[in-house]
Amino acid sequence: MTRLVEAHALTVRPGGGAAALTGVDFHIDRGEIVTLVGPNGSGKTTLLRTILGALTPDAGTLWRAPGLAIGYVPQALHLDPTLPMTAARFLGLPQRVSRDRARAALTRAGAGDLGRRPITALSGGQRQRVLLARALLHTPDLLLLDEPTQGLDQPAEAAFYRRIETVRAELGCAILMVSHELHVVMAASDRVICLNRHVCCEGLPEAVASAPEYQALFGTGTQGALALYRHRHDHSHDPESAPAPVPDREAV
Amino acid sequence: MLDDFLVRAALAGLGVALAAGPLGCFVVWRRMAYFGDATAHASLLGVALALSFSVSVFAGALAVALVMALSVTLLQSRGYAMDTLLGVLAHAALAIGLVVAASLQGLRLDLMAFLFGDILSVGRVDLAVIWAGAAAVLGLLIWRWDRLLTATVDPDLACSAGIDPRREQLVLTLALAIVVAVAIKVVGALLITALLIIPAAAARPFVRTPEAMAVLAALLGAVSALGGLRASYLWDTPTGPTIVTVAAGFFAASALARPVLDAARRGA
Repeated sequence: MTRLVEAHALTVRPGGGAAALTGVDFHIDRGEIVTLVGPNGSGKTTLLRTILGALTPDAGTLWRAPGLAIGYVPQALHLDPTLPMTAARFLGLPQRVSRDRARAALTRAGAGDLGRRPITALSGGQRQRVLLARALLHTPDLLLLDEPTQGLDQPAEAAFYRRIETVRAELGCAILMVSHELHVVMAASDRVICLNRHVCCEGLPEAVASAPEYQALFGTGTQGALALYRHRHDHSHDPESAPAPVPDREAV
Repeated sequence: MLDDFLVRAALAGLGVALAAGPLGCFVVWRRMAYFGDATAHASLLGVALALSFSVSVFAGALAVALVMALSVTLLQSRGYAMDTLLGVLAHAALAIGLVVAASLQGLRLDLMAFLFGDILSVGRVDLAVIWAGAAAVLGLLIWRWDRLLTATVDPDLACSAGIDPRREQLVLTLALAIVVAVAIKVVGALLITALLIIPAAAARPFVRTPEAMAVLAALLGAVSALGGLRASYLWDTPTGPTIVTVAAGFFAASALARPVLDAARRGA
């Protein structure tokens, strides 16, 4: 296994304020899919931004493999309406690409006919596909996805996860994904990490796709792309200072 | 040819407009209009200080504009609200500049010339300084175009591609200070922001890509400079304000055309 990123005892205070992460150990290897879950404000995005270099750790160490190529799909693109930008032009940021390569990348991401459209005129799902196409353009070693399925319905979420599995199979890259769901994760995740400013628990998603209860919950349209994650916290949080603890889901 | 004051004025206006148009696009995209104002107002203090220490007006304006821009960037990262900060610094710098200008003894400072520009008095040296500054800004923008653009679209996206968005911000700050320093002679401290923002805003409805917007903004700025010069000659109006008035005319026409353009695009 090739290690791509390794962090020890990471503490990050964005903007010099309160610590969003304290003492976090983290690593990811080539070909791994890791899903980050946790309540709002638990530091998931902070961890992602630290790994891509937008934030610097206040304590601890962060090691990235030399020459690591990162593909980043932000949660949303807040493009100022005064900035004209077609989907095809966006793909060429910051490195220009040929027209053919841009078209191929859009087609692979399922957005083949969107190249000439302004980004601001795209729907949320279309914009997500263009963002993914851009992140994949330069064959990243590590793909960082921030809540990529937020706002999608379950069949669309399942379709997105299947696309990500294909991406891993084709590129062999590692994938680190922040999920907005606490209990429903991508079934192909090799590890699930529950974050609440520190690592609360870590484990595997449960292979329950064939259970009738699961099908009742998700319907049959997701074809096993979604799975449940059962939190096994070995500690409880001070109710004054932390978000509500995550309840265990036993009835699956 | 350069002996004619009108030719020198036209070339000075062209030089500033060609650099201000593309830079103005970034000012619009990043919502830095007030930032530009603060830098421009501060340059007046630079002019006053330059005159009292007998150094070049351009150097004084550039230095103070740069100090202003950098202190705004620094204070913003310390958690001050941007609009309050700029309101304080821009007007404080303008006021201090006026006070220093008034207390200059034995020196004649034509205040109106620095507030509203004096393009008709541009000399050969001024012209060289203006074109050197404009060329530096254009070169800087072309050299770093894709990096600047990526950092403007999304700072985190820039980071993931190995671009430091703070460095790109610094590049824009430097370019802004240079444009302010060379434009003070052309349109004056109070109207520099207009030359940055109005052509860019007028260009927006007609374009689909950032590059097209930069080119069109430069073009509209150039036409405004030449048209304003001509109009001020015909009707004997102050030149700097006339240039800005022509640019504002382009913006009004563009704003009127916008609904028509949008409807045509939807129909297409």
